[in-house]
Amino acid sequence: MDASIYARLDDVTHSFGDHVILKNCSLDIVRGAITCIVGLSGAGKSTILRLLDGLIEPSSGHVYVDGHDLCHTPERKLVDLRQKTSLAFQFAALLDSLTIGENVGLPLREHTALPDEKIRHIVDDALESVGLRHIYDSLPNELSGGMLKRAGFARAIVTRPELVLYDEPTTGLDPIVTNLITDTILRLRQKLDGTAVVISHDLHSIFRMADYVAMLFEGAIIAYGPREEIRTSTNPFVQQFLTGSEVGPIPV
Amino acid sequence: MRILERFGEGTIAFLEYLGGIFSLVGESIRSIVHAQIRYAETFIQSYELGLGSLLIVLLTSLFTGMVISLESAQQAVQFGMGSLVGGAVTYTSVRELGPMLTAVVVAGRVGSAIAAEIGSMVVTEQIDALRSMGLSPVRFLVVPRLLALAIMLPLLTIFADIISIVGGMWIAQAYAHINPATFISSARQAVGFDDVVKGLVKALVFACIIAFVGCYQGLSTRGGAAGVGRATTSAVVISIILIFGTNFIMSYLLFGTH
Ligand SMILES: Nc1ncnc2c1ncn2[C@@H]1O[C@H](COP(=O)(O)OP(=O)(O)OP(=O)(O)O)[C@@H](O)[C@H]1O
Ligand SMILES: [Mg+2]
Repeated sequence: MDASIYARLDDVTHSFGDHVILKNCSLDIVRGAITCIVGLSGAGKSTILRLLDGLIEPSSGHVYVDGHDLCHTPERKLVDLRQKTSLAFQFAALLDSLTIGENVGLPLREHTALPDEKIRHIVDDALESVGLRHIYDSLPNELSGGMLKRAGFARAIVTRPELVLYDEPTTGLDPIVTNLITDTILRLRQKLDGTAVVISHDLHSIFRMADYVAMLFEGAIIAYGPREEIRTSTNPFVQQFLTGSEVGPIPV
Repeated sequence: MRILERFGEGTIAFLEYLGGIFSLVGESIRSIVHAQIRYAETFIQSYELGLGSLLIVLLTSLFTGMVISLESAQQAVQFGMGSLVGGAVTYTSVRELGPMLTAVVVAGRVGSAIAAEIGSMVVTEQIDALRSMGLSPVRFLVVPRLLALAIMLPLLTIFADIISIVGGMWIAQAYAHINPATFISSARQAVGFDDVVKGLVKALVFACIIAFVGCYQGLSTRGGAAGVGRATTSAVVISIILIFGTNFIMSYLLFGTH
């Protein structure tokens, strides 16, 4: 695999029961770049992230991350591989038996030998970067959906992974926090040369941060390119999606 | 044709279930052998499940000891063999009812709670979050619960044995005027230390059944809140059936050769 490609979906087909979600879908994730995936609700965007994280195995095809084929790999090995990748879940998925601080610090406590004060410091920084303060000792069920989402985001970036998969990191957040999160994603990319895949419906933040944009429609990537290319694309699907028009090839 | 097909499907489902349980057992053993144990969590789980089950275990065993004593004393006194009552109560408690009843109570209380907790973690993607962070749910959740049960169930069984013997002794005296000294000497004759140990071996096996079935049902939960409900119910039903089944087999193997 070309060294400039960090991860790749190779001819992936995935179905849940009889319901085919992805059909011969291929996508390259460029190393050190931010790739945004857009698409209709229910198109299979979250499914792509779960495939890239090795949480599910495709019905057919291959998923490569940093040179490793995630398919037919035993869970025990995947558990190790996943330490280089992290997924910020669409609905946060914090452990509800732990406080927010413990949740965010969990990957550090489990995978590093850092002393507690140091972890506390890193966790506070991570929470700060998503605009959350004074909630270290709160339990997840005491927070709003948006706060949980941001805590989930903090947990995903706290170990500085090589690949971060963000599942709708800004959906449902106010415009100021949305900007804060977009800035954080950009800053992480610049500082750490990390690779990111972002699912988003927020066109403004997509065009602020994306290096590449991919559009998923009916189980396959129908448009892919650098963000300017996509912004000015004449592809009628892309045009309709970007303008949000009800008339066009995408059925409403 | 239909019936054969059904039968085939049932067999496949059963084998899948067995395979799932065995892979869970294998992975847990690997975790324990590699000393990948979360001690604090194990301690908290032990404390909670032990303390939480103690009262109900004591109550059920107390009444059971009392009822055995009542029934046997009635018969024994009639035939002038009142001195055998202590033996009867102790024998049944230590070898059969102590381990069994404790396990059934704990399966209902703890096995169901384990399945419900893990099941709701599956439904809310918390298990996927663990896997995503490179943490094994088996090491993180299953092993502490397994160890907690393996420690606490034998302990609870000891309490159950004692309280049921004490209850039996009380009823024997109150109802059939068998004095405690007679009761105890009869108990000593009927039951040896090896019987107690064998009873505790049973408890240990039951602990593994409750932990693995509860965790497995939880981890294989599908489909929202209703799925969690189903997982909880089947965890209790399956572990109770397995407890009764293995109890028979173990009684045969451990005591049958006498
Ligand atoms: N575990 C599952 N079992 C069955 N079907 C599923 C499962 N997970 C997802 N699906 C189906 O797969 C399709 C794609 O789901 P996915 O979550 O990937 O969509 P999405 O593009 O992320 O949507 P959204 O923008 O609303 O988050 C949906 O139609 C959904 O019904
Ligand atoms: Mg989604």
